[in-house]
Amino acid sequence: MTKEIKPKRRDFLFTATYTIGAVGLGAAIWPLVDQMNPDSSVKALSTTEVDISAVEPGKTITVLWRGKPIFIRRRTKEEIDEAAAVDLKDLKDPEKDSDRAKNPEWLVMVGVCTHLGCVPLGDKGDYNAWFCPCHGSHYDTSGRIRKGPAPTNLEIPKYEFVNNNTIKIG
Amino acid sequence: MSENKYIPKTKLAKWFDSRLPLLSLSHHLKEYPTPKNLNYWWTFGGILTFCLITQIVTGVILGMHYVAHTDHAFESIEHIMRDVNYGWLLRYVHANGASMFFLAVYIHIFRGLFYGSYKAPREVIWIIGVIIYLLMMATAFMGYVLPWGQMSFWGATVITNLFSAIPLVGESITTWLWGGYAVDNPTLTRFYALHYLLPFLIFGLIILHIWALHVPGNNNPIGIDVKKNSNETMPFHPYMVMKDITALLVFIIIFFWFVFFAPNALGHPDNYIEANPLVTPTHIVPEWYLLPFYAILRAIPSKLGGVIFMFAAIFVLVALPWLDTSKVRSSTFRPLYRKFFWVLVVTVILLGYLGAKPPEGIYLVLSRIATAYYFIHFLILLPVLGRYEKTDPLPMSISDPVLDKPGLIDKFKKAAGQYEGDNVGSFK
Amino acid sequence: MKVIMLGLLNRIILTILISIITTLSFADDQHSNGANTNYLNTDWSFKGIFGTFDRASLQRGYQVYQEVCSGCHSVQHLSYRNLSEKGGPEFSEEEAKAIAAQFELEDGPNNDGEMFMRPARLSDKFVNPYPNVEASAAANGGAYPPDMSVLAKARAGGADYLYSLLLGYEEAPEGFELDDGVYYNKYMPGNKIKMSEPILDGIVEYSDGTQASKAQIAKDMTTFLVWASEPHLESQHRMGFKAIIYLIVLLTLVYMSKQKVWSRFGASKDQEEEEAYDKVEKVVTKYEGEDPKTFK
Repeated sequence: MTKEIKPKRRDFLFTATYTIGAVGLGAAIWPLVDQMNPDSSVKALSTTEVDISAVEPGKTITVLWRGKPIFIRRRTKEEIDEAAAVDLKDLKDPEKDSDRAKNPEWLVMVGVCTHLGCVPLGDKGDYNAWFCPCHGSHYDTSGRIRKGPAPTNLEIPKYEFVNNNTIKIG
Repeated sequence: MSENKYIPKTKLAKWFDSRLPLLSLSHHLKEYPTPKNLNYWWTFGGILTFCLITQIVTGVILGMHYVAHTDHAFESIEHIMRDVNYGWLLRYVHANGASMFFLAVYIHIFRGLFYGSYKAPREVIWIIGVIIYLLMMATAFMGYVLPWGQMSFWGATVITNLFSAIPLVGESITTWLWGGYAVDNPTLTRFYALHYLLPFLIFGLIILHIWALHVPGNNNPIGIDVKKNSNETMPFHPYMVMKDITALLVFIIIFFWFVFFAPNALGHPDNYIEANPLVTPTHIVPEWYLLPFYAILRAIPSKLGGVIFMFAAIFVLVALPWLDTSKVRSSTFRPLYRKFFWVLVVTVILLGYLGAKPPEGIYLVLSRIATAYYFIHFLILLPVLGRYEKTDPLPMSISDPVLDKPGLIDKFKKAAGQYEGDNVGSFK
Repeated sequence: MKVIMLGLLNRIILTILISIITTLSFADDQHSNGANTNYLNTDWSFKGIFGTFDRASLQRGYQVYQEVCSGCHSVQHLSYRNLSEKGGPEFSEEEAKAIAAQFELEDGPNNDGEMFMRPARLSDKFVNPYPNVEASAAANGGAYPPDMSVLAKARAGGADYLYSLLLGYEEAPEGFELDDGVYYNKYMPGNKIKMSEPILDGIVEYSDGTQASKAQIAKDMTTFLVWASEPHLESQHRMGFKAIIYLIVLLTLVYMSKQKVWSRFGASKDQEEEEAYDKVEKVVTKYEGEDPKTFK
């Protein structure tokens, strides 16, 4: 009788030890992994305010946000019309221009090609907007992908107009 | 090795093991026969392996955030402490880990001294151990420089200046070590590179240390050879593994108590002041684990002499297997040596205490006496004791029934003593 | 003979040990360098295993820093965002932003290549009162006021020392010479300090109605400094407590498992031995042909 119970108790003890040991090991490994995530000083830099009062229509300024270039373009009337006139069926990643630019005059985008991370050049390419020289992706005046290997449109960061002259990114 | 040979069970295992015998190695490590009477002082080898791995893992991670430049080093440490996710934890584990590493290594070394683990056939294990210890001190010293606090800077200045004691070439050597005319940025960057490198060297040496151990097998508290594959030995796994883990957990509890509740208790407050080449702290002290040698250095009234004696204090350990002429390993059977062993322990602790005090007055006198005793112990007492000490009779085997219970050893010795002078043959 | 020798050796060793300890304790008394190390103490909330910061005290401490200390002392490793982070003074984010905005710092260069001043943001480090160490030394009679970021860890005695120092100003004793601009402090090593007494009763006015006594101000300031040098102290204590409880549980389990595993070895050994005895007994019984007990 006792001989039958003994091994069971032993097994339970070992299982409990292994399980609790494994939990502790997991908890000990987490700090070793998490330390590679953005630290609190990096996270604190996540908003930038940009003065846009000096930007003329048809010009783009590039600012740095979270280590990436942000294109802020004051679009001309023609560019806005061109972007609005595109049929969504022609798009690889359909998105309305009005969804991409809260204020149609201002287009704010992360200036990183969605293909492999290069910075596209302005006023170039088949749509006379943005063109990525690395692998030949063409973007239109709304920053949408039209031709080339990039899978999606240029990303729109979180931003807001603090006032008429200032945009807060992030 | 004397344990049963590993025979792969599956075809795949056989294929792999005949090309790279990792499975055989793992089998050997599991089945490695250990004397069944090893006590908890024997668990520090495992604990030290844990310490090294902890230091390497946390160190590599800290290296991802640390900046080895005199303008940014101090700031980057504060960045780790404040901003990096769990950075404070990783740094405190690394900093206190160094202290715990030395605590464990000192227990490990004194265990070897007490039970005569350095004696034939284990001299090579011992010598590799001394080299590991030296490299540990070098690594710890250079690691302490990296935060670029006042103690970092002035500790580095003092220790590198030791080499200027060498006649003729001393000055050129220190300039070469510094990469300049004082401890500065080039010194910091090279210390960082070496601090990163040396632990991997230590890791390699530990493999040799264990390899050399697995040839003759473990010594044991009785100090006589065990019969392998008898009931005097038990396989390393699970018996010793379980015992090692038990001891390791106790060790980690003490370790973590420091990390979480007294993380700066073992460090010096001055190292939280950024290095300033214009102001020397009133009182330069190394980390606690280097203090005994620091006391020896300062006990000698000559620059070159101090350096020579300090290094001699470490290198005398290399010759220990030949300085101790006694054939009996364990102090359990050496009544006189046992006393002197404890005197040596007290001397080393005393030296450590004196190393933290200013080198003047009674402190200096005591440092000199303790230094003299340290060398007398190794160079005179050990050779003489081996010749003249009357050791207690050794048991026939470690599973001698009288050894099973504590206290019985003494009775056994007494009984054996009574028969002394009688015809030994008839006694048997 | 051997026993007597050993006894004598024991006694010699013991005598030497005792005399060393007495001499050392005597020497230690002689060696304190004039500074009083019997620091004042108060009921610090952050000490001990469960120690946490008193938020109100930290907020008042920040006020003291800003109004009294920040003219000379920097806290360059602290950021304004820290003021609203968990485990600290826990100002609201708006309050912390407002605090940051009171300070101006140089940024740039702008598109014209010029540096410009702008109000500080949460992500900025605390603005230094002086552009560099040399400037601060020059403005303070050659002794630069130390940075306060890790001050509580950079002084032996920690919080108690800082608290005592703030309250340790006294008239210099008769015959103690002090130069101009040097003050007497009971707890400063060497008793000479270049900082004039910074804290007086009512030097700040607390908005939360706390009586701004000298001791209260010193306590709040010290609490702030301890937090500044160890901003993660609370999570450190919490995590430490959990870790050690966990380790004790695991240790108990591992020890029990170890005993189980070892009992296997012991059991088989005992069995073997018993079997061996049985065999011997049988043989002996057979040989003698009678009860083995009488054999001996």
